[in-house]
Amino acid sequence: MTGPQVEVLLQTLISGLLLGGLYALIGIGMTLIMGVMKIINLAHGELMMVGMYIAYGLFTFFHIDPYLSVIIAAPLLFILGVLLQKYLINPVMKVDSILPENQVILTVGIGMVLANLATIFFSSDYRSTPVDYATKAWYLSDVWKSSPIELSLSFPWTVSFLFSLVITAGLWFFLTKTDTGKSIRATAQDNDAALLMGVHVEKMRVITFGLGSALVGAAGCLFIPIYYLYPDLGGQFTLIAFVITILGGLGSTVGAIVGGIVLGVFESLTSTYIGMGWAPVGRFMIFVAALIFIPGGITSLFRRKRLGR
Amino acid sequence: MKKYLPLILMGLLAMLPLVGINTYLMHIIILVIMWSVIGMSWNLLGGYCGQVSFGHAAFFGVGAYTAGILYNKFQISAWWGLPASIVFVTGFALVIGYICLRLRGPFFALATLAMGVILRVTAENLSFLTEGDLGIMIRERTWVDKTWYYYIILLIAACTFYLVKKVIGSKLGYYFVAIREDQDAAESLGINTTLYKTIALCLSAVITGMAGAFYTNYMGYIDPKVVFALHDISIVAIMIVMVGGVATFWGPVIGSIIMVLLAEGIRSIPNLGAAHHSFFGVLLIVIIIFLPNGIMGDNPKLKKILRWGRTP
Amino acid sequence: MTPLLEVKGVSRFFGGLAALSDVTFQLYKGEILGLIGPNGAGKTTLFNVINGFYPPSKGEIFFRQQKISDMQPHRICKLGMARTFQVVKPLQRMTVLDNVIVSAYLRTGSREKAEKTAVETLHFTGLFEDRYVVSKGLPLGRRKRLEMARALATGPTMILLDESFAGLNPTELNESIGIIRKIKESGITIMIIEHHMKVIMAISDRIVVLNYGQKIADGTPEQTRNNPLVVEAYLGDAQNG
Repeated sequence: MTGPQVEVLLQTLISGLLLGGLYALIGIGMTLIMGVMKIINLAHGELMMVGMYIAYGLFTFFHIDPYLSVIIAAPLLFILGVLLQKYLINPVMKVDSILPENQVILTVGIGMVLANLATIFFSSDYRSTPVDYATKAWYLSDVWKSSPIELSLSFPWTVSFLFSLVITAGLWFFLTKTDTGKSIRATAQDNDAALLMGVHVEKMRVITFGLGSALVGAAGCLFIPIYYLYPDLGGQFTLIAFVITILGGLGSTVGAIVGGIVLGVFESLTSTYIGMGWAPVGRFMIFVAALIFIPGGITSLFRRKRLGR
Repeated sequence: MKKYLPLILMGLLAMLPLVGINTYLMHIIILVIMWSVIGMSWNLLGGYCGQVSFGHAAFFGVGAYTAGILYNKFQISAWWGLPASIVFVTGFALVIGYICLRLRGPFFALATLAMGVILRVTAENLSFLTEGDLGIMIRERTWVDKTWYYYIILLIAACTFYLVKKVIGSKLGYYFVAIREDQDAAESLGINTTLYKTIALCLSAVITGMAGAFYTNYMGYIDPKVVFALHDISIVAIMIVMVGGVATFWGPVIGSIIMVLLAEGIRSIPNLGAAHHSFFGVLLIVIIIFLPNGIMGDNPKLKKILRWGRTP
Repeated sequence: MTPLLEVKGVSRFFGGLAALSDVTFQLYKGEILGLIGPNGAGKTTLFNVINGFYPPSKGEIFFRQQKISDMQPHRICKLGMARTFQVVKPLQRMTVLDNVIVSAYLRTGSREKAEKTAVETLHFTGLFEDRYVVSKGLPLGRRKRLEMARALATGPTMILLDESFAGLNPTELNESIGIIRKIKESGITIMIIEHHMKVIMAISDRIVVLNYGQKIADGTPEQTRNNPLVVEAYLGDAQNG
């Protein structure tokens, strides 16, 4: 491999890792909801889109930095999630119908409305937040003068990545150390047992949906400095979240992190070496491969190894 | 009397062009019939066999592109797409089924959704075969008048209706419903669930694929964003069945009449045009909450509501 | 005489836990074999392994001289082994008759023949009056009966009954015992899990006892009753039994 080739490869891996960190945040929200409520939220990407428009609005009208808007967008999305769960999803879960997938179809309806409302209010134009650090980057040659290759680390990408690490750590703390967090995990493991142990299961579901929405909304705020925004972008991210969940193993938080990073790196590799347009195909190839070869997700591989010993 | 209802309806529909209706109305009727076909096929897999597909656009698109590519690359009539799509769509359905049918419930739903997207992106990128985003244009239309298109789709619809009715009344139909109700129980009663789910998927896919091939011939233009559309094909197929009635014979027909008329109606209101999807979304939410099995499926409930209205 | 069912050294692990370890026994044609043991002893797991829902982690199972431990449940059923579920699994939105027709379709493709078999089975199990009831609305006792009817309609040579008596009132219990005797008379071999000690002692020809996934006894009801290992395993349960 020649010098420039190594450079391209390393640069690709770095951007894949940074992308993967953000993907992980989207995936965790999905996997939490899936684990606790046993439903797939097909409005997940649309909730992210809502978070992005909140950040966009705050930036355009009040000149609030997108990273700062996480503090505002996440609670708003939490409230939105709670309302959706309480007044739409929960009633449907109680209705007797031929197709149990009713809830999934319901979330499709919610997603359609959200995307369409965004079109009505913001039109379908592409938007972005022109922050002044958008093109700022650190270069390897600044630190190491005689470096044989040149690598760069984009400032907004890195900050977004770090933010998502902090949020993930915070979530981990919440789930393992607080009573509410423990109750949520108990509900995910065994709904009925949790109910018998005195966990307020219905309340946990509402909180979980709110939490999942808040997480993906936060991810939206982290995405907006580096991505453009339009009303229909949700569907694509719903699928990404789903692919990550399948890849990592259903309902597994660690799996979502690993799955997010694997997907980020893989997508980055496909768009560098095969072509930009093929990145989505690469995403689904990895998804299909995961379905066929590791149906339990990546985390199941670790588990199996441990058992073998 | 009730037994002859389909025949009487067919007879009436066959005479319809003789009355001499205008082109726009004819176009709407053709769309309604085409969507009934797609709805009936989705219902076979989703309503009866319980495998909810979010990716019927995949089969619709493959059917449409079979016709389009035959015309564009091999210079033969796009009508050959109708028989050819049976072969191609079955092939695709077998592959998709092999991958997706190992998943249950919502996971199957999402996997099929992903398949639809994979095929769309592939069609966008394989430009040497599909012309990519440019799409394929059928330059010589077979007929200027819509009457023959009408008869062809009517024939397809009649065959589909008959096929669904036959299948559901037979052993196959019993097995489909058993799988929907409880897959473990079905397996323990000697039903090869994988095999029968694959059969349901192939039947459903082929019918949708034929509707796709018809679409190419009728509209004269296809591109990946249109024929592999998630919202405008896959989701509409689900909505038609949900609105009309899950696991009923007439549900998809009624659903497609309502949906096509609604879509056209909304489009004609100038100020509501942009809110088109919102309206559909709200409709979907309302239906799922109040009529979870559709108009035909929740007949007793509907009756109860009507009665309740009379004697409060 | 070759056994109808032969379970050879079967183990099944879940994670690190052994739900079954090295279970071996035979079942001969025409027998009623009772399978008992305290809660969590692995009885239902054993059924799920025999019937093909879980492949055994170790060991082999033969049915009518064919190895079935690598077959899927539907093929095992086709070979002539039917089962019922402890937690009943009726096809909820189908009528009782349709439920049984689904099973009867296993041996025929014709609607008339399937319906005929189904009606016969419904008469046999005393469910004929309920044939047009949607099975979701059936009371528990009848649903347990429906499980049996469905299993019988597949035309089995052997039938696995998982707690078909649990939750029945005394009248229903007596009826069900009558049906089991009738099944035996018709030449079908039965393996049955039951908690109701009086019933199982009365109807079984032979009893296998599981405790913590291991077989601790195998003998006539008389031998089982006097086996100190069994008494010990049941010390808590025996009083309520």
